[in-house]
Amino acid sequence: MQLLEWIANIPTLINHHNELLLMGLWLTVKITFTAVVVGIIWGTVLALMRLSNIKLLNIFARGYVNLFRSIPLLLVLLWFYLALPQAIKYLFQLPPYADVRIASAMIAFALFEAAYYSEIIRAGINAVSKGQYHAAFALGMTKGQTMRLIILPQAFRAMIPLLLTQGIILFQDTSLVYVMSLIDLFGASVTQIGMAQGGTAKYSMIIFAAISYFVICFSASRLVNYLKKD
Amino acid sequence: MITLKNISKWYGRFQVLKDCTTQVEKGEVVVVCGPSGSGKSTLIKTVNGLEPVQKGKIFIGDTEITSNSTNLARLRSRVGMVFQHFELFPHLTILKNLTLAQIKVLGRSDDEAKEKALSLLERVGLSAHANKLPGQLSGGQQQRVAIARALCMDPVVMLFDEPTSALDPEMVNEVLDVMVELAYEGMTMMVVTHEMGFARKVANRVIFMDKGEIIEDTSKEQFFSDPQTDRAKDFLAKIIH
Ligand SMILES: Nc1ncnc2c1ncn2[C@@H]1O[C@H](COP(=O)(O)OP(=O)(O)OP(=O)(O)O)[C@@H](O)[C@H]1O
Ligand SMILES: [Mg+2]
Repeated sequence: MQLLEWIANIPTLINHHNELLLMGLWLTVKITFTAVVVGIIWGTVLALMRLSNIKLLNIFARGYVNLFRSIPLLLVLLWFYLALPQAIKYLFQLPPYADVRIASAMIAFALFEAAYYSEIIRAGINAVSKGQYHAAFALGMTKGQTMRLIILPQAFRAMIPLLLTQGIILFQDTSLVYVMSLIDLFGASVTQIGMAQGGTAKYSMIIFAAISYFVICFSASRLVNYLKKD
Repeated sequence: MITLKNISKWYGRFQVLKDCTTQVEKGEVVVVCGPSGSGKSTLIKTVNGLEPVQKGKIFIGDTEITSNSTNLARLRSRVGMVFQHFELFPHLTILKNLTLAQIKVLGRSDDEAKEKALSLLERVGLSAHANKLPGQLSGGQQQRVAIARALCMDPVVMLFDEPTSALDPEMVNEVLDVMVELAYEGMTMMVVTHEMGFARKVANRVIFMDKGEIIEDTSKEQFFSDPQTDRAKDFLAKIIH
């Protein structure tokens, strides 16, 4: 009945470290949020490039998507961890000791997610019927106006559940920032509290982390389902 | 008003339009009919450049659609088009469907656009539905909204591509009535339809197409009483009985 004992220890552990846990959660949320927002914007741009008839943009977007979709996220993060901080410091002329790991993580996730978002968005755009383009063009709208005012709003409306679901997956994936030695919800509970305390604390905290992720993601997907029915 | 000169169009190796020549005068109502797949939709969509052509020239008034230097968007804003499947913008209210292009394309003020939209909704008998979404309306109502949307742009000519063929039979007349009224007011119209009642009532001329060719282009009287080709005779026999 060790399992029960581990679970029983959880409240004390989190009570003692609630500040650390909240900071971790906050980092997880921050990274998820920026990656979703930037990922959707950049993903939309990529999707439009992919659909445009300018060949160069086409090739670029296709290459980008294929590249990021063929590399494990963990590798992307690691690579960004090693290379990007230098680049950022150089670009913004920051001193060498400046900590840009969080910014690097956000950028890495956003760029990675954009590849996935762009595929979702491209499918959404393609799902809007040709008749809608014709109707907009027939009213004298330009290609840009048609995309912006007619096609994208319809595409996004249909895609909201998918985009949010992707966001939930991303929320879980952010736990990989441990390779950048950042302390997110996962890092705070398992590494910082669980491992550091020694004894059976790590088991308690692993269970706690699992429960936390489950509760958050499960509620979010219920919300998505609810939106879908609408 | 509309001139088509030796239009040919191919999809890959398949020729959809074969050397089509015709014209529509100002104030004229021309009905285009023919069997399914004969190229009627394609033909009418070439008129405002929605479907590009590989050969031939198309003019609206003095402006050549087929010329690269023509500002197509601007020209299209004055050519109304009504589609088989209505193609209202489902994410916008009826009122927004009617005002959007007025504001974004013609540069009218919100108030001006709204006033125009409401007066045209009134005219097609749908004022009460201004704030609904297209999905909340019946097919016949949606098609009347689509006509009103096109009229908001003060078009010099109206193109219709089988405006009633996606409708339940009991809704066909409410749409045809609006079109008949428009014809009586002197609107220049090119109408793809199999509604021969409509053709008899308001058409000046009938164009009959088959396999991408215009094989009859005559007055309504002649088309109904004395069609020249066997294909047109067959078609009429089928459609009237
Ligand atoms: N994008 C396309 N690619 C290839 N073929 C096409 C395309 N669009 C239409 N066609 C073909 O061109 C022919 C003419 O089509 P069109 O829609 O103009 O016919 P239609 O006379 O309007 O027929 P209907 O009465 O069924 O509406 C058809 O054989 C159709 O299959
Ligand atoms: Mg057709």
